[in-house]
Amino acid sequence: MGMTMTQKILAAAAGCSRVSAGELIEAKLDLVLGNDITAPVAIREMGRLRSDRVFDPERIALVMDHFIPNKDIRSADNCKCVREFAAAHHIKHYYDVGEMGIEHALIPEKGLAVAGDVIIGADSHTCTYGALGAFSTGVGSTDMAAGMASGKAWFKVPSAMKFHLTGKPSKWVSGKDVILSIIGMIGVDGALYKSMEFTGDGVAFLSMDDRMTIANMAVEAGAKNGIFPVDAQTIAYMEEHSKRPFRVFEADADAAYDAEYTIDLSKLKSVVAFPHLPENVHPVDEVGLVPVDQVVIGSCTNGRISDLRTAAAVMKGRSVAKHLRCIVIPATQQIYLQALDEGLIRTFIEAGAVVSTPTCGPCLGGYMGVLAAGERCVSTTNRNFVGRMGHVDSEVYLAGPAVAAASAVAGKICGPDSL
Amino acid sequence: MRASGTVLKYGDNVDTDVIIPARYLNSPEPAFLAKHCMEDLDPSFIERVQKGDLIVAGKNFGCGSSREHAPIAIREAGISCVIASSFARIFYRNAINIGLPIIECAQASDGIEAGDHVEVDFDDGMIYDRTKGTAFRGQAFPEFMQKIIAAGGLIPYLNAG
Repeated sequence: MGMTMTQKILAAAAGCSRVSAGELIEAKLDLVLGNDITAPVAIREMGRLRSDRVFDPERIALVMDHFIPNKDIRSADNCKCVREFAAAHHIKHYYDVGEMGIEHALIPEKGLAVAGDVIIGADSHTCTYGALGAFSTGVGSTDMAAGMASGKAWFKVPSAMKFHLTGKPSKWVSGKDVILSIIGMIGVDGALYKSMEFTGDGVAFLSMDDRMTIANMAVEAGAKNGIFPVDAQTIAYMEEHSKRPFRVFEADADAAYDAEYTIDLSKLKSVVAFPHLPENVHPVDEVGLVPVDQVVIGSCTNGRISDLRTAAAVMKGRSVAKHLRCIVIPATQQIYLQALDEGLIRTFIEAGAVVSTPTCGPCLGGYMGVLAAGERCVSTTNRNFVGRMGHVDSEVYLAGPAVAAASAVAGKICGPDSL
Repeated sequence: MRASGTVLKYGDNVDTDVIIPARYLNSPEPAFLAKHCMEDLDPSFIERVQKGDLIVAGKNFGCGSSREHAPIAIREAGISCVIASSFARIFYRNAINIGLPIIECAQASDGIEAGDHVEVDFDDGMIYDRTKGTAFRGQAFPEFMQKIIAAGGLIPYLNAG
């Protein structure tokens, strides 16, 4: 029996000719990633190792993105700890205020993730780089510490689910609608411990930004990773952003899958995930009257340039509803500059939105848009758990940038065609 | 290795945001994190929990963020073991890596109630509900994971190896 795309990447990184689902392997790592929340815990754990030397200062990325510019003294202490560690160990890819971006937008943009890589990151959305044909997965801080020291990590080889995408999505339907629709179908533990492999002629109609959004939320279905085949778009993206060599792996024709689904992208609708789980998915046309207090457009899921273009196209010449706060967060400095050059930032500000420096802040209720009791937010982020964006009695509705922007204008949940 | 204590019971999809809300992630201090453990799901948890108690929950326990602060908060609050129908994969890794014993068993998750006195034997994966006089077979860990847990986590394990 053949191997899935993920199994082939893991076999190569483990130095095995083949691996099978359930097998425990040790794989070489191409990149180990951490942020200002998870790296301090990893650095503390590394201090307990007999040797605290890093395996390769060029294969570790430390991105200060969650609570920066620092929101309080404890956050400042955390960043200081990572900054000093990065200096002491000559970490090449340390990104602080001024050059940082939200890690999962920044790493591909900097060319630090390419097809065929094996990447672990102490952040659950590390699965984003599957969009490039890499195996990448979230781990905790102790795994990050062991990875920084040894350049290796243990994995249980996952089985896979196959999602065969066909057709072309309609105008306002984006990668977010694709992944939310899938999570709505299989549930928040529907892919637990497994790979989600996306294939089919529909992939060609998804931009790299869309693919990153889809792979990013594989973890919201419980998956170990989400992964896309490498095509002309992927290669063009990697050639533009990276000087590193890449390796293209393809699933064997006779690879085994636990389940296979076919999804016709042309039939998908814009959707919204209601509180308090990403699986509570409803077509936006069927939500009824849901008034909104705040809209957030940004995050590692939807803070890329095509997301901002979509939001600006909806908001152009319109105004954010009175009594609603709309917060727009370009995910990296490069995206911010591009949005500035394209006039998108002017569109947002003229519409009455605020535009922030890159930060994860509001997505996890850290700062820059924390919700009060009873408040409701439409957000292009990835989780709508109880208390995720603030008070335990607040509510988060997940959507793509088109629905988020339209909802900001209307003051209630709706799609752009309803404006 | 064994765990023994009183059960605190929760449902499905207990996520890491309710185990330790992000507003407390500005500190990596275990004692600080433990004070806020389960705060957004069960504000009385921290007053009720006794050293050695067990958490029993439904499916997909620990879903969401990769924050290791979550199993650290649970361990530091005094919990000796978490039993669930299933665990989210990052939480599963993290718990083993920091030395918090966990065990998957859907029957135990259904059959054990809050307040029951429960014992777990990690060597053979057996779970005993001493209040009800029932027993369940959970999934025993592969040998190398048992060694990590017995060593007190991945770091002591690596140092010993």
